[in-house]
Amino acid sequence: MIHDVVVIGAGPAGMSAAVQLRKLGASVLVVDEQPAPGGQIWRGIERNASGPIAVALGPDYQKGRALTAAFRASGAEYSPSTQVWQIEDEWTLFLTSEGKARRVRARAVLLSNGAQERPVPFPGWTLPGVMTVGAAQILLKSGGMLPQGNVWIAGAGPLPLLYATQVLGLKGQISGFLDTSRGLNLAALAKLPAAWRDLPSLAKGLKWQRELRRNGRMIRGVSDLRAEGNGRLQQLEWTAGGVRRKAKADVLLVHEGVVPRIHETLALGCDHDWNPAQKYFAARSNRWGETSRPGLFVAGDASGIGGWTAATVSGEIAALGLAGHLGIKVDTEALRRENQLDGRRSRALALRPFLDALYTPPTTSIADDVVVCRCEEVTAGTIRKVARTSTSDPNAIKAATRCGMGPCQGRQCGYTVQAILAEVHNLPVGDVSFFNIRPPLKPITLGEIASLGELEDAE
Amino acid sequence: MFRSVLEGPTAQADMTVLVNGAETPAWDGETVAGVLLRVPGAGRTSAVTGEPRLPYCQMGVCFDCLAIVDGVASTQGCLVPVKPGMRIESQQGAREIGR
Repeated sequence: MIHDVVVIGAGPAGMSAAVQLRKLGASVLVVDEQPAPGGQIWRGIERNASGPIAVALGPDYQKGRALTAAFRASGAEYSPSTQVWQIEDEWTLFLTSEGKARRVRARAVLLSNGAQERPVPFPGWTLPGVMTVGAAQILLKSGGMLPQGNVWIAGAGPLPLLYATQVLGLKGQISGFLDTSRGLNLAALAKLPAAWRDLPSLAKGLKWQRELRRNGRMIRGVSDLRAEGNGRLQQLEWTAGGVRRKAKADVLLVHEGVVPRIHETLALGCDHDWNPAQKYFAARSNRWGETSRPGLFVAGDASGIGGWTAATVSGEIAALGLAGHLGIKVDTEALRRENQLDGRRSRALALRPFLDALYTPPTTSIADDVVVCRCEEVTAGTIRKVARTSTSDPNAIKAATRCGMGPCQGRQCGYTVQAILAEVHNLPVGDVSFFNIRPPLKPITLGEIASLGELEDAE
Repeated sequence: MFRSVLEGPTAQADMTVLVNGAETPAWDGETVAGVLLRVPGAGRTSAVTGEPRLPYCQMGVCFDCLAIVDGVASTQGCLVPVKPGMRIESQQGAREIGR
């Protein structure tokens, strides 16, 4: 059987695309790593219907319920707890679930696999007790987990503010919020007039900040963060206002923005563009979400960070583009106008230029003793040393140091290697490429490969 | 390090899982990675230097939540919901051939 479309990722973009594609009569298979739909933003949405956690997660989270229900009712085939480890031309996708591999075919593919938090190495970031804010929020959504003891948040962006508000709402403890943003700068102020188009979001952000300030937990202008401890996090150090400070800590949650997932589009050789403001690559796509490879579409944060509202609209747009690609007899331009997709998307993105200018990615040079590659445990010093005698190609670093060769396949170290190469070779960061991404996209065992065909034969 | 809001003096756990052989309460919706963060000493050790690690990203991209789940090593704990009776073991270093 050949599916019209295989959608990768069941978050806002993937679910909304699947719903729209089903309305247009296409057959759809949605593949997702998670055990339930919703993506990271609405993780556990079908479970967290009521109770204190649902209340604390807030109205934006609850908005995911309608789309998730529509997706469940759409008639799209849904394969949860499934990893995609290889995508081949015209289009064959290799999947594993429950330790078994299988291959499915599709006339077109939509990548709506979202984003990941930007990894920013600092001394001590591999210690148990240090994790990302997004990770802690996912723990809250799946199992109602709250951090215990001396809990610190360090970083910048809307997510840490939202998470801190949610934790305080559940009577959780936060010892302090170490704000690493540069504060309201001219570049951000210049973007403010356009941001007023999304006044509710702007007001929300200001409210979160106000609550933290009122609680006396906000420490501004933080730099040179260091986590220390014997076998686990015990103490933090940072600089603020020219003074070095220390505090006891059991949990440190860090966040410096999010970046699109690009391993799939890189592996498929799609054209990518560098986003200089937010320092990430994203697959170049046309006004329907189609990449430089015909039949391969991207939507949502995977095509550039825009947040969940923009993701749902871009999912609908990609669905229309896919319908056009499939030759479904429908006036896609008319539907695009009738559903006001362009207007809705531009409103959803109104706040983004302001946020991008307010929360710029850190540019601090990473000290030699800091581990950059968490998997193969390669330090910045080792990378720098090799970089001095190599070309400005991350693959040269990979070959010489094993950096990027572990199970995460460069998802944690890729942008750091790029930044160090740019620093050593005195190049603009965007001129240095990412690692070459080779199959498999996720680690698989020989046993799983050997199981290929078993499920297909059964069909 | 983490504790469930659902956990209370009167609240019953939804199930019991085995963490390195010890019976441990667990809740519906929780993942293996969540359990690793609640139970002291349940994390893995890194593949090269053997230093202790705990889950970092919870979204399938860091691989610091690797554990041996029902006998299968290098299972990404953040992607696997708990099930009654599930056997979770700490993974020491790299995966061994055959498990």
